[in-house]
Amino acid sequence: MDSSSFLSQFIQQMINGISLGSIYALIALGYTMVYGILKLINFAHGDIYMLGAYAGFFAASVLRLSFFPSLLFAMLAAALAGMAIERLAYRPLRRAPRITALITAIGVSFFLDYTLILFVSPQPRTFPAIFESEIYRFYGIIINSQQILIFAVSLLLMAFLTYVVQCTRIGKAMRAVSYDTDTARLMGINVDKVISWTFALGSALAAAAGVLVGIYYNSIDPLMGMMPGIKAFVAAVLGGIGIIPGAMAGGLILGIVEAMASGFLSSTFRDAVAFSILILILLFKPSGLLGKNTREKV
Amino acid sequence: MNKVRKYDFLLLAFGASVFLLLHALMETEIIGAFWQLNIILACINIILAASLNLINGFTGQFSIGHAGFMAIGAYVSAIMTVKQGLPFAIAIIAAFAAAAALGFLIGVPTLRLSGDYLAIATLGLSEIIRVCILNTPYIGGASGFMGIPHLTNFPWAFGLMFLTVYLIKNIVNSAHGRALIAVRENEIAAETMGIDAAKYKTLAFTIGAGFAGLGGALFSHYFYLAHPSSFTFMRSFDILTMVVLGGLGSLSGSIIGAIILVFVSAALSDFPEWRMIIYAVTLIALMIFRPQGLLGNKELSEKMLGLLRKKEA
Amino acid sequence: MLNKSLGQKLAAVGLSGLLAIFAAACGAGKKAPDGGQAIKIGVNAEMTGPVSSFGMSSANAMKLAAKQINSSGGALGRQLQLVFADNKSEPAEAAAAATKLIAQDKVAAVLGPLISSTTLACTKIAQDRKIPLLTPSATNPAVTVQNGKTLEYVFRSCFIDDFMGGLMADFAQNSLKAKTAALFIDSASDLSKSTAGIFEAFFVKNGGKIVSKEAYLAKDTDFKATLTKIKAVNPDVIFVPGNYQEAGMIVKQARELDLLQPIVGVDAWDSPKLFDIGGAAALNNTYYPGHYSPDDTRPEVQKFVKEYKEEYGVVPDTQAVLGYDSVFVLVDAIKRAGSDDPEKIRGALAATKGLRTVSGVITLDDSHNPIKGAVINENKEGKVTFRERVDPNP
Repeated sequence: MDSSSFLSQFIQQMINGISLGSIYALIALGYTMVYGILKLINFAHGDIYMLGAYAGFFAASVLRLSFFPSLLFAMLAAALAGMAIERLAYRPLRRAPRITALITAIGVSFFLDYTLILFVSPQPRTFPAIFESEIYRFYGIIINSQQILIFAVSLLLMAFLTYVVQCTRIGKAMRAVSYDTDTARLMGINVDKVISWTFALGSALAAAAGVLVGIYYNSIDPLMGMMPGIKAFVAAVLGGIGIIPGAMAGGLILGIVEAMASGFLSSTFRDAVAFSILILILLFKPSGLLGKNTREKV
Repeated sequence: MNKVRKYDFLLLAFGASVFLLLHALMETEIIGAFWQLNIILACINIILAASLNLINGFTGQFSIGHAGFMAIGAYVSAIMTVKQGLPFAIAIIAAFAAAAALGFLIGVPTLRLSGDYLAIATLGLSEIIRVCILNTPYIGGASGFMGIPHLTNFPWAFGLMFLTVYLIKNIVNSAHGRALIAVRENEIAAETMGIDAAKYKTLAFTIGAGFAGLGGALFSHYFYLAHPSSFTFMRSFDILTMVVLGGLGSLSGSIIGAIILVFVSAALSDFPEWRMIIYAVTLIALMIFRPQGLLGNKELSEKMLGLLRKKEA
Repeated sequence: MLNKSLGQKLAAVGLSGLLAIFAAACGAGKKAPDGGQAIKIGVNAEMTGPVSSFGMSSANAMKLAAKQINSSGGALGRQLQLVFADNKSEPAEAAAAATKLIAQDKVAAVLGPLISSTTLACTKIAQDRKIPLLTPSATNPAVTVQNGKTLEYVFRSCFIDDFMGGLMADFAQNSLKAKTAALFIDSASDLSKSTAGIFEAFFVKNGGKIVSKEAYLAKDTDFKATLTKIKAVNPDVIFVPGNYQEAGMIVKQARELDLLQPIVGVDAWDSPKLFDIGGAAALNNTYYPGHYSPDDTRPEVQKFVKEYKEEYGVVPDTQAVLGYDSVFVLVDAIKRAGSDDPEKIRGALAATKGLRTVSGVITLDDSHNPIKGAVINENKEGKVTFRERVDPNP
């Protein structure tokens, strides 16, 4: 197969899109979980992803850990950071209007970005080579081992998350709180603890995405979380916010759409295409692809 | 009725005296160039904050894409003055009209969206506007639109700021304004009372967007250029912060919020590394300890001023 | 829920704290000059915002330059005092920062901003207030020449876009024997777009063909989709006028997709990080123009690299070199002017001639742009090596 044929281009773009989409999906999961429980757009989530990347960088370059320990270290560090942020900034606002919580989240996002800049400088950092990239070629299609790693790790983490939410006590509690917080509290569920767990899980997934991005793209910086954060949010809405499989589907779809837009239209309008899709979805199916239309009751 | 007239007259007198005082201080160079710039910036920000407050505070719609409308105004007015050679007044009207038209176009379909979804839609839209600007060579693309004449001066900025606040105040205090607030408080209840919620939301969005365009026109004609990097979502968040700082649903709050933010930002410019951190911490602290903003949804009215006077006596 | 009175108290405390900061800062702004002794130079830099890494590098290098000048007796027997203002990488903020430096701090001259968009917002202010502005790194031709007239008060100490685009187009055609080229442009960057435009004009004029024009946005990380598209047209050379962070990733991802043709860049590629990001093997067969080569044995270069490393623990990047040189260009003018009067400094700046700096010998032409040579660097096995020297086209 000739590498310039349409089919080969299409398959190659599909691969590019899936690896990008897996990253979006991992970040989108955290958005979706927090939104499902708190109805809060956690704007600082993209910055947690950035913190995770830095924690992984620290583990790999200073502590000289290999890939999996670095990944776990970053996930743990981000989980703690996520819980701390929820505890300090969001918990006092549990009953505040949504806009208040949103502004706080923006404040937290700025705080994380600029504190980090102060401590580590805005210069980009590069990951040590903790996962060598090998290139496989099939009939003119090129796959890199790191792309496979991203996809595999994302799938594993999503499977793990699905298991936690569907089959464990804390997962059951999460679903209950997300369905009806007040009733859940009356049934004896410790809502604060559940929310803390939600933040921990969502943040850990974002951190995993941060480490994978650090390894794959080989460059991290304190402002890296801005655009992927927004894009992942778009992905969450696309799939249906608050729905876990929706975030996965939304992330992958968005990644593939972006790759196709760059490959077959023009890369300059890639972001506009992503946002246009978002707006179309909102107009025609605001509950997202996998969401149910609910009517507001009086 | 008479009371209302009297209040308007007082407001006008107050605005005129503030204007004359500041203008005199500027003419005599007692207020230097740097503070003059900040005062004009404050006027522009008051326009933006007041117009966003009409959408977010009074109508309860969740817009975080105000910078997009500001960009439309900035660019449309620049096209009028630079490419068409038209006078500034016409450029300002065109900026208002273009931004309002876009606000209307967005408002019509988004009326079905609930708060959060509208927020995301407006954010996405402002980014789309930016991408389009970046890829339009006619208006300078990534280089920005250069060579815009320096037409915004203190009288223009203050006059339009005053006009904006005055008009928005009158909208809010009219029967239409009551309808907007009813929509904010409970949309379903408002609908059952025969208020066409969709119509009023669109109205608020259109007017708010128009005034944001006005702010954009003043902005680009003050800084000689319109550049896509001036209209990122950072700008939208800035405006939103001013509104929330002052108090959602309080016009005088928006004025105070805009002034505070401009001057705090200017004052902190000597500590560049710390500025954003302090800004962020202040924002978080404010939200936790006084989430309703400085004024809540009240206005600095005669009553409050009267109370102050009694206290002083 | 906090009870209301407590909340109000806390808000009052928070606000009074804010006001205290505000008052302190206002006070700080109105500092009395140090007995009229120090020469005040404003630095309008991108300390925060998207290009804050430029700001940091430049600011560090400028501080180092001022320190060195001051420790060797300063200029005109007076110490230099750098006054920094942050412009958040945003044009309107840059105008505010320039106004503050000129009106509040009463500086004799302003260094910066560092990128074209922010600098263009300040040129009018420098003209109106008659204070010389020297930008270390804004390369858009319109910074110093507008409507066919040179701005009297605006200068720069770096190349302009035209020079670099033409240089690389010539190099691609003559040295690399390229017949077809693909452009991969940072569409959020003015510099990138105009350099690509000049490259295209030269390349086409000399019989070449541009087979693909693609773009990305600064801060993107994934370029594979677009590179796949470029691969389909298989150009002889790819031109990537962008910053080292994106350029490194682009080269890495291009090689991963088996795009093995030469890739040429611009001076913004120059950073020790380039190899960390792109990887030594991927960067083979890539070329970019440099203001100086670290292999250069000139004493200025060796001294600067050594001292910068001692001070900040990292190798200086291009932005640092340009920031450092700008201080020396300005101080040279102050010395020749014999005073810190802005008008005299302006005259002296315009007459800058044969000044030896780290990035080469600087002579400012009628358009206030430096005439200085450049080198073309080749990345080989993880090292920047000297490929050829180019003297300015007359």
